[in-house]
Amino acid sequence: MVASSTSKSSLSVTLRVWRQAGPNQPGKFVDYAAKDLNPDMSFLEMLDVVNDDITTKGEEPIAFAHDCREGICGTCSCTINGKPHGPGRGIATCQLYMRSFHDGDLIVVEPFRARSFPVIKDLITDRSAFDKIMQAGGFITVRTGAAPDANSIPVPKHDADLAMDAAACIGCGACVAACRNASAMLFVSAKVSQLGLFPQGQPERDKRVLAMVSTMDAMGFGNCTNQYECSAACPKTISHDFIARMNRDYLKASFRSVFKPVSNSTGGGAA
Amino acid sequence: MSLAGNLFHSSIGRKFLMALTGLILVGFVVGHLVGNLQIFQDPDHINGYAAFLHQMGPLLWVARIVLLISVGIHIWAATALALENKQARTGNGPATAKHWIQATLSSRFVRWTGYVVLAFVIYHLAQFTLGVAGSAQFKENLPRYVMAADYRVAGFPVIKAGAEVLDVHSMVILGFQNPIVSVFYIIAVGLLSFHLLHGIDSFFQTMGWRSAKWSGALRKLTLVFCLAYFLGNLAIPGSVLTGMKGLREGFRAPSTSRTARR
Ligand code: HEM
Ligand code: FES
Repeated sequence: MVASSTSKSSLSVTLRVWRQAGPNQPGKFVDYAAKDLNPDMSFLEMLDVVNDDITTKGEEPIAFAHDCREGICGTCSCTINGKPHGPGRGIATCQLYMRSFHDGDLIVVEPFRARSFPVIKDLITDRSAFDKIMQAGGFITVRTGAAPDANSIPVPKHDADLAMDAAACIGCGACVAACRNASAMLFVSAKVSQLGLFPQGQPERDKRVLAMVSTMDAMGFGNCTNQYECSAACPKTISHDFIARMNRDYLKASFRSVFKPVSNSTGGGAA
Repeated sequence: MSLAGNLFHSSIGRKFLMALTGLILVGFVVGHLVGNLQIFQDPDHINGYAAFLHQMGPLLWVARIVLLISVGIHIWAATALALENKQARTGNGPATAKHWIQATLSSRFVRWTGYVVLAFVIYHLAQFTLGVAGSAQFKENLPRYVMAADYRVAGFPVIKAGAEVLDVHSMVILGFQNPIVSVFYIIAVGLLSFHLLHGIDSFFQTMGWRSAKWSGALRKLTLVFCLAYFLGNLAIPGSVLTGMKGLREGFRAPSTSRTARR
């Protein structure tokens, strides 16, 4: 993380945090003073310290989600100063350090905003809409075997690398929060591409993209306007090239579905 | 879902329709500009060209209907998607002001440039096709032009010398001698060029043909195209306004027109 100062002296900031007691309840911003912070503490550690203070006063601590605290689980989702995961490129909130701020700064912290991500409490949102999209097609049905079997199907290095880029998605939802339209296309395209790039993913390639996009639409996410705010906010810097890839896959699958022959015996076998 | 269902109801389907109709419209505006630039040749050219297009009869109507449907689908898709986008954002508390990270200026104004272009297209048709605005200078109300030479398309003389045709040349120049008309025209084509700066880039992304490998080159090509398109369009009202391009020799305003009475 790029530090905006190399100073080791402690800093004090004002936090303006979104407080909301529960789903469908009115929320509001509340200011908290965070004093004498170590610049090397992470943003989440700072919130822990602020919460200690709040708890000692007998008030309700700020609810925020977190798990791994090393940028791999995608749980610590909040918007800091108008940008998902705060300032800096390619980091999650848990990888943001207080040295990125200046003494005296006002820091606005709010949950990821999107109709499809309802607030559960304070900074925590319900992102199960992503799970519904995954359930619609984010998998490969065939048994792919144990680890040694993986090497029995050759995968071109280029495809494996590209699939790995897409697979870096941690499903945090920053793309949705960053998008003016709350579109989930970066997330969905990463998942579609990750599986569609592998030989094992080919049989279900058309079905997968059609099902995942249709579920994405049904979940109430917006539509991409090619402004690429998503990839700029992504903690894994996933490229919006995957959106182009998904668009192509979706259109091909839609047109192919008109001409692809179907067997007369569909319904036979273990359907 | 069926193919039509996918195209007209899904997010990507409607973006595809917008891209496809956008491409048809780009094809039209480029062809239209190339045709119009004939105004810089002698009046036989643009007048012969206009007479030739009108002579196409049913084909002209096919082209008009395709364009009308394209405009309809393009705007319908843009509006439907935008309304959904607004919905997808709301209903979850007030967000702090949108913090733009890397979205281009042209992308942020694409809808508004689109609507202004639509308003312009309506005015433009009223002026030069229907003769509702500025009717004293409308081609039907001007003296006929007599072709001095054949107008040829691919070597074939499609409009013969001596033919009496509508005087589009004089209509356009009289129209643009009004600074308000010219300035509105220049602003509108400027906004259209700005619309296309995002539109053409988007076209490739929507079709799935854009990637980081050549997106820099695509952006530059798009910029050059839009700039050339704007300058080409600027040339016509610009040269009339600055007096570089005047009425043709032998043009006489009809006696019924206001200019003649004064
Ligand atoms: C001469 C007229 C026009 C031309 C040549 C044109 C061309 C284009 C093209 C090529 C695109 C890219 C499609 C894509 O892949 O996303 C586009 C997008 C768009 N156009 Fe137009 N357009 C015209 C008029 C309009 C009008 C009148 C509107 C008014 C609503 C409009 C609104 C839009 C919008 C909202 C987009 C979306 C861009 C995005 O993805 O964010 N356009 N246009
Ligand atoms: S807590 Fe796991 S990514 Fe931040």
